Amino acid sequence: MTLLELQGLTKAYPGVIANSDVSFDIHKGQIHAVLGENGAGKSTLVKAIYGLVRPDQGKMLLEGVPFAPSDPRAARAAGVAMVFQHFSLFDAMSVAENIALGMENPPKPHALEAQIRKASEDYGLPLSPDRIVGDLSAGERQRVEIIRCLLQNPKLLIMDEPTSVLTPQEVDILFGTLRLLAANGTSILYISHKLEEIRNLCQHATVLRQGKVVGTFDPREMSNREMAEMMVGKDLNAPNRVPSPRGAPLLRVAGLSAPAPHQFGTALKHISFTLHAGEVLGIGGVAGNGQDELVAALSGEMRTDADMIALEGRGIGADGPNTRRALGLCAAPEERNGHAAAPDMSLVENAFMTAHTRLSLVERGFVDWPASRAFAQAVIARFDVRTPSPETAARALSGGNLQKFVIGREISQNPRVLIVNQPTWGVDASAAAAIRQALLDLASAGSAVLVISQDLEEVLEITDRFAALNEGKLSEAVPTAGLTMEKIGLMLGGAHDLEVAHAQA
Amino acid sequence: MDINPILLLAALMVASTPILLAAIGELVVERAGVLNLGVEGMMIVGAVCGYIAGHSSGDPYLGFLGAVFAGAAVSLVFAVLTQFLMTNQVATGLGLTLFGLGLSALIGMRAEGTPDLTVAKLALPILSDIPVLGAILFRHDLVVYLSILLVAGVWAFLTYTRAGLILRAVGENHEAAHALGYNVRLVRVLAILFGGGCAGLAGAYISLVRVPQWIDGITAGAGWIALAIVVFASWKPWRLIAGAYLFGGVTVLQLNLQAEGLKIPVEYLSMAPYLATIIVLVMIRAGRAPASLGKPFHPSS
Repeated sequence: MTLLELQGLTKAYPGVIANSDVSFDIHKGQIHAVLGENGAGKSTLVKAIYGLVRPDQGKMLLEGVPFAPSDPRAARAAGVAMVFQHFSLFDAMSVAENIALGMENPPKPHALEAQIRKASEDYGLPLSPDRIVGDLSAGERQRVEIIRCLLQNPKLLIMDEPTSVLTPQEVDILFGTLRLLAANGTSILYISHKLEEIRNLCQHATVLRQGKVVGTFDPREMSNREMAEMMVGKDLNAPNRVPSPRGAPLLRVAGLSAPAPHQFGTALKHISFTLHAGEVLGIGGVAGNGQDELVAALSGEMRTDADMIALEGRGIGADGPNTRRALGLCAAPEERNGHAAAPDMSLVENAFMTAHTRLSLVERGFVDWPASRAFAQAVIARFDVRTPSPETAARALSGGNLQKFVIGREISQNPRVLIVNQPTWGVDASAAAAIRQALLDLASAGSAVLVISQDLEEVLEITDRFAALNEGKLSEAVPTAGLTMEKIGLMLGGAHDLEVAHAQA
Repeated sequence: MDINPILLLAALMVASTPILLAAIGELVVERAGVLNLGVEGMMIVGAVCGYIAGHSSGDPYLGFLGAVFAGAAVSLVFAVLTQFLMTNQVATGLGLTLFGLGLSALIGMRAEGTPDLTVAKLALPILSDIPVLGAILFRHDLVVYLSILLVAGVWAFLTYTRAGLILRAVGENHEAAHALGYNVRLVRVLAILFGGGCAGLAGAYISLVRVPQWIDGITAGAGWIALAIVVFASWKPWRLIAGAYLFGGVTVLQLNLQAEGLKIPVEYLSMAPYLATIIVLVMIRAGRAPASLGKPFHPSS
């Protein structure tokens, strides 16, 4: 009962072979995982199946018939649907209009709305057709994409990294839907690098590395470690922590409140916590619950009352970022291109921009370029940043390499307190492991580290204590040891979401 | 003062028509996510080509038709440059305006001063007999009616048709539209051509009806006003009529006041329509622009 058969698919771009002789089968009603690091060729492969990329060699058979879609519409007509990693939605339009755009022959608006309501009930995906997509949460937006696909009764549903923006409870809802679909005979091609999910959901997995298939197996019979090593192609060391005693309090945040900085921002409401020397505190939460605002308040981009934030007893809430850096507080914000780094400037210039205070790179108004270059080179060497040269523009680096650079730049300034937001977002497994290890090493050396992350596995892995950020409020910090995903989910307010979903359905 | 309000309002519709035509074209272009600042240039090329085509054939409607093609041809230059050669839309649009002004002067060198041609008024039966309203609304030439029909047509197209939905989708998020399999470039090129045709027709209306003769620089900034009115209208078709009639109204009023010999320097009166446009633009809060407006798109990924 093979649905789709890939035979020797090869696709080369100038300088890179994205897919090389990729072959595997997807059976009917199967949930098939494709695993791989960033740049392993997963995206190119699914784009070929969805008609966005034409393979150079090889062929595909859909239900035994040659299948070579020239564009996504041809793929959709043949019964292949895809939910994109970055949603292909139109913010200013309604749910119904968005869904109509993804269909070949949409019915009249009225009939379409009825179909949307029915599908959303059948698959437990509450969604109202007349809402404007720009107002929806990430989980709801994904439901729009999924329902758009389901209304076309696809034979094969491709999901590209679907859980990266969801709460654990939303992930459960999604998996329930996918299992239901598979039971009804729809095949699902599930792209991910999250191993725990794949083990939970999939019966078959194909691992890609540098464009080649390096293994096909049943993920339920493999350990995470084995799968990760197959993906990376080398032994992975779990981050290890030299235990260090919890030291004196370094950063004390007391009753931090701030209004939302812009229309779509979140107000911070009475946030209090203490960060001790030698510890890693994790703050989790679904995007848009005040993470960016909290980082801005801590780094000095957003000023507050001086007493709300105290660094080693000194109120710094009203100081700007450079004053705080001079005192020993460094920060690496989330968006590496455009916030943590200026994309069109070189690594040397980017290194200079945050390090000049602590490393005294300015002399009588002139930039000390040799010292800046030496600093950039030191960061590149210590954090294994792959770049042609320190003069390369930041935007030319891959996400993982630039992330290693911006985090390494802050760590190399020996901060007393380091604030990082989403340190490993969109970074492949080996780079993520290196970044996590560097954060742990910094804490072991006696600094305090605050990690704000939506990746809960990461939070569990590297933090000593955990607090949840929800609608601008921070929960009590609890020891990470002994926390389960479910408990974290409840702390994040996922339970609240779930109740709403049931009420609507 | 004895300004006849009925004649004033009827003249207002005529004065507003070129701006309305150019603006409805530009609205479609911008809803598709393209910012074409070359409206003035396309208009004036339409003005001179329409004038010449009308006079050499003796049929003003052939003049209008020629102007539509001329405007579309000039916009095609913009389309190729911005959609295929990936030039900057703002710079290319400004260049198109300068190019159009120069080209029209060259084409029109021997057309200046030729005697004019009349475009028949078409009084709509029954409707034109309605007191007051009939005289204001229903005793115009075909192009005035056409401009309003175009607004209604564009509104219906954008709201009800699938093609209109796709056009809005392309303007809202071209990456997503591409990922769904829509041809972003094709949609945009067609929208640009429509915008060019409308601008050309608008220009010809000035040189064949409103003035009516060919003078160098005849459009006198009407293309820029049309661009401003698209923003004023928050990219919604019906509101264009309000914007265009406001500008047209102030224009006609100040002309009448000049004729009345009001004791205000003529320069201030001539300035009034432009000032009114600026004041309104400052005062109203513009709505949400199409999210992909002015951003370059390359279908590589």
